[in-house]
Parts: sequence; C-alpha cells; structure tokens
Amino acid sequence: MLAFLLTLMLLLGIVIVLAYAERKVAAFMQDRMGPTEAGPYGSLQSVLDVLKLLQKEDIVPAAADKKLFKLAPILIFAAVFAGFAVIPFTPDLIPAGIGIGVFYLLAIISLDVVGLLMAGWGSNNKYAMLGAMRSVAQIVSYEIPAGLAILSVVMICQSLDFQEISYQQGILLNRFPGLEFEKNWLFGIEALGINTTNIGGITTWNIFRAPLLLVAFVIYFIASLAESNRAPFDIPEAESELVAGFHVEYSGFRFAILFLAEYSMMVLVSLVAVILFLGSWNTPLPNLTALKLANWTTGTVGELSGVLWGGFWLLSKTFVLLFLQLQIRWTYPRLRVDQLMYLCWKVLTPVALGIVLLAGIWRLLMV
Amino acid sequence: MLFYIFAAVAVLSGAYMVLTRNLLYAGFSLLLTLLSIAAIYVLLFADFVAVTQLMVYVGGVLVLILFGIMLSSRVHDKSVMSENTNVGWGISISLLTLIGLSYTIWQAGFSSLPWIQQADTNVLGGQKSTVHLIGIKLMTDFVLPFEIASLLLLIALMGAAYIATDKEKV
Repeated sequence: MLAFLLTLMLLLGIVIVLAYAERKVAAFMQDRMGPTEAGPYGSLQSVLDVLKLLQKEDIVPAAADKKLFKLAPILIFAAVFAGFAVIPFTPDLIPAGIGIGVFYLLAIISLDVVGLLMAGWGSNNKYAMLGAMRSVAQIVSYEIPAGLAILSVVMICQSLDFQEISYQQGILLNRFPGLEFEKNWLFGIEALGINTTNIGGITTWNIFRAPLLLVAFVIYFIASLAESNRAPFDIPEAESELVAGFHVEYSGFRFAILFLAEYSMMVLVSLVAVILFLGSWNTPLPNLTALKLANWTTGTVGELSGVLWGGFWLLSKTFVLLFLQLQIRWTYPRLRVDQLMYLCWKVLTPVALGIVLLAGIWRLLMV
Repeated sequence: MLFYIFAAVAVLSGAYMVLTRNLLYAGFSLLLTLLSIAAIYVLLFADFVAVTQLMVYVGGVLVLILFGIMLSSRVHDKSVMSENTNVGWGISISLLTLIGLSYTIWQAGFSSLPWIQQADTNVLGGQKSTVHLIGIKLMTDFVLPFEIASLLLLIALMGAAYIATDKEKV
C-alpha cells in the first residue's frame, strides 16, 4: 500500500515536470519563450493546467456508450500504472520483486491496448475510432521489435528479474543473492582478461557488457516511441487529420487521467530502457585506480545514502531519455502509415531478430 | 479467500459473456474472465502460466476479436448483436458436456490424489519463479511437442501471409 502511494506521488511529480519541460523544450527549439506568466519562468504552468482540468465539467456525450466511455480511462491508466510495480527504484526498493518482472511488464502493457479500443469505441465518434484503431495497430506491431530487443537483454543477463539485471550492471554485483561468485569482464569476454567487477560504472552497463546491445537499445528506443504514440509516430493523434485521436471526446478529470496515462507510458518505457540497457540505478562513474568514483557515488546499500544515490542515478538517466523523446518530437516530421509499417516490419524486426541470434552467440562467449 | 473472490469474478463475467446479446460487451467481459483466471494461476504458484495467458490471450487473441467485431459493419448504428440459433442442439450439447465433465471430476476423486495433498507445502521452495524448471523441462522431456508446436505456428504464419497477399493472377 505504501509502495502504491509512493509510486503514484513520484509519478505525478515526474509527469508535472515533464509536461512543463515539454512546453519549454518545444518553445526553445522553435525560438519562442514558452510559458512565462505562472510562477518564475512559468514553472507553475502545468500545476495550474491540472487544477483547471479538475474544475472542468465532466462531459459524457449523449450518443456515447456510457459504461465503456467511463471505464476506459481507468483501465488505460491502471494498465500503465501496474507496469510500475516491478520497476526497481534503488538497490533495495522495489514495489514488487517478482522473478518474471520483465515478462510481466510486457504482458500488462498490452492491457493498455484493450483500454484504447474501449475508449475509441465508447466515444461513438469517427475520429476517436480511427485514432484508436491506428494507435492499437501501431502498438501491437511495434511490440515485436521492442520485445525482441528486450529478449536479447534477457539472454545476455540470464534473468527475467529487473532487480537481478540491475545488480549485474554495477559494482554491487556480488551483493545479490545467488550472484555471489559472478564476475564482470570487459565486453563480457573473459579472454580479454580485464576484470571489471570492481571497476563498475559505465564499463558494466549492459551496452558495454555486450556492445551489440547498443543496437538493441536503439531499436528498443525507436519502438518505445511508437508504443507511447510519440512523434514521429503520432499518426494516432495527428491533429490535422483526427483532431486529437482516441481521446477527442474526453474532458475534465477523465481527460486528465488519459493525459497522465500517456505521460506515464513515456516515463515507463524510459525507465525500462534505463534499467535494461543503461545500468539501472548504477552510477556511470567507474573506479579508476585510486579514484574510487563508483564507490563514492553508490552509497551504502540499506542506508539512506544508497537509496538517494540509486534514485538519483535512475531518475537522472530517465530524464535524459525523456529529454531525447521531447527533442525528437520537435525534430522529425510525422511518418506516413506505410512508412511506419515499413520501418517496423522490414527494418526493425529483421535487425532485432539478428540481434537476438548474435546475443545468444555472445552469451556463449561470456561463459 | 482470495481464490473465492477471483473464482466468483471469473464465473460471473463468464456468464455475462455468454448471456449478453452485445458482442462487444461479451469481448470486454472476456477480458475480466481472463484476468481473474490469471489471478487464480498466480494463487497456484504458476506465475509463468499466468503471465503467458495475459500475453497471449489479452494481448493477442482478445485484441484480434475486438478488432474483428469493430471492423464488421455497424447495423443501424447499433452495436453488433448476436442471435439465437440452434437452441435445441446447443442446450443438449452443453448439458451433455456438463454431465461428462462432472462425471469425470467425480470419478477422479481429486481429494485423494497425492499432489493435491502436498499442495499445502511451498511448491517453489527456494526458487523465485517456475521459469527455470519450465525451460529445462521444455528442452529435455518435452522437446518434441515443443518443436512441433513451433513448426505448427510457423506454418500458420506462412499461411496467413499467403492468404493476405494480393493475388494478381486471379
């Protein structure tokens, strides 16, 4: 129960910052000022936006399918929020440490799709219906390259547990029960003879333990943009064609929930990318001879310093990825449907399949 | 206690799915049924099966069903309704199935089976999940069915791709 409340609070905080950052980043990239009135540099803008949304009338269209229309936002947000249950925030803080966390996450996110269909159908609106159809088609097809990229990480790490994968990517490796005698080698290959177990930092991140995971990371990142309906994959909510996509009929609190779910999805996919590829809550600074940078910036597990450092690194890496998402939105034009499907089925999926095969071979080199 | 809650939800939503005339509502109540069955799997320490069920049925089959319903024509701007046909045959076949299943379960005498009596002990023991065991079993004892299933899926995939291609010659 406590984990539920804490995660919800954290998520609300991140989403409010993210909504503000989105407007500011957009403004600066277009040589504008963005919000300036509310608070210093307009920093209270998104808080006020939320307050405004909460005060608005909750409109349910007369011709809508009322039960489905009302249920859909709850289902969408619940599906995304359930994904946060298996995310490890620090070395010893994880809401639910189940052994098949990665698999669970992939499955529970697919519930989101059902919610989208429900919202699109319940609205009884052609734009909403088209938006939901496009959105679902896109999410379902991009789950494949994303899943294959995640699978290659799972093959390298030999684990479906997010916390175990996290421990493998840093100097705390031997602190995880069951991994006491494991060793990290540079690029994962023992024959090179460079033991990085105590060097830690960036040298033990998954993209360094098996450099081909860098390609998998790029694939996952592109696919995750499509899964959270972000530009350049935002044809489900293309303003010029569909007004706003599946949530065109929603207003007030229900719209706020949908908005929150959309941004939570962005945060969730970034968190997963950080945990699987970019070293999770581990510090990026390695131990270099006398400079024990990794030890200094990890803190002690089980004490406040460990929690603070872990949370700090995880969140700051996540924010870097989120910033990248925002930047890409204002850099690339929207893809057409055929380009979207071409990219998914003829580029990303074959490459991801190749990566899975290579990851298997790399794993054989690692033992 | 938890089991009874989830079982009740599964049965009620299953009954609703069968009884409702609105196909779309039936699809969404199938979601509820699948979720509560997944919860029952979790209570039985079968976490991998539970998640696989969510992945395959909710993420794949259910979405496909919903797409099918939504893409088929809306009749007079109303949701797609199902109709009653073959009432006599349907009732008799379902009754026969019920009798057959009840008889089998009765004959099995499950309360005396050894693995039911051991069910109180912690099945997982020191392990965190059943994945390792399932993987080892699939690659040793059950490798032939596993490979045949994968071959079958491949054939289905190729068949689907063949049906979906434009046939210029026709």
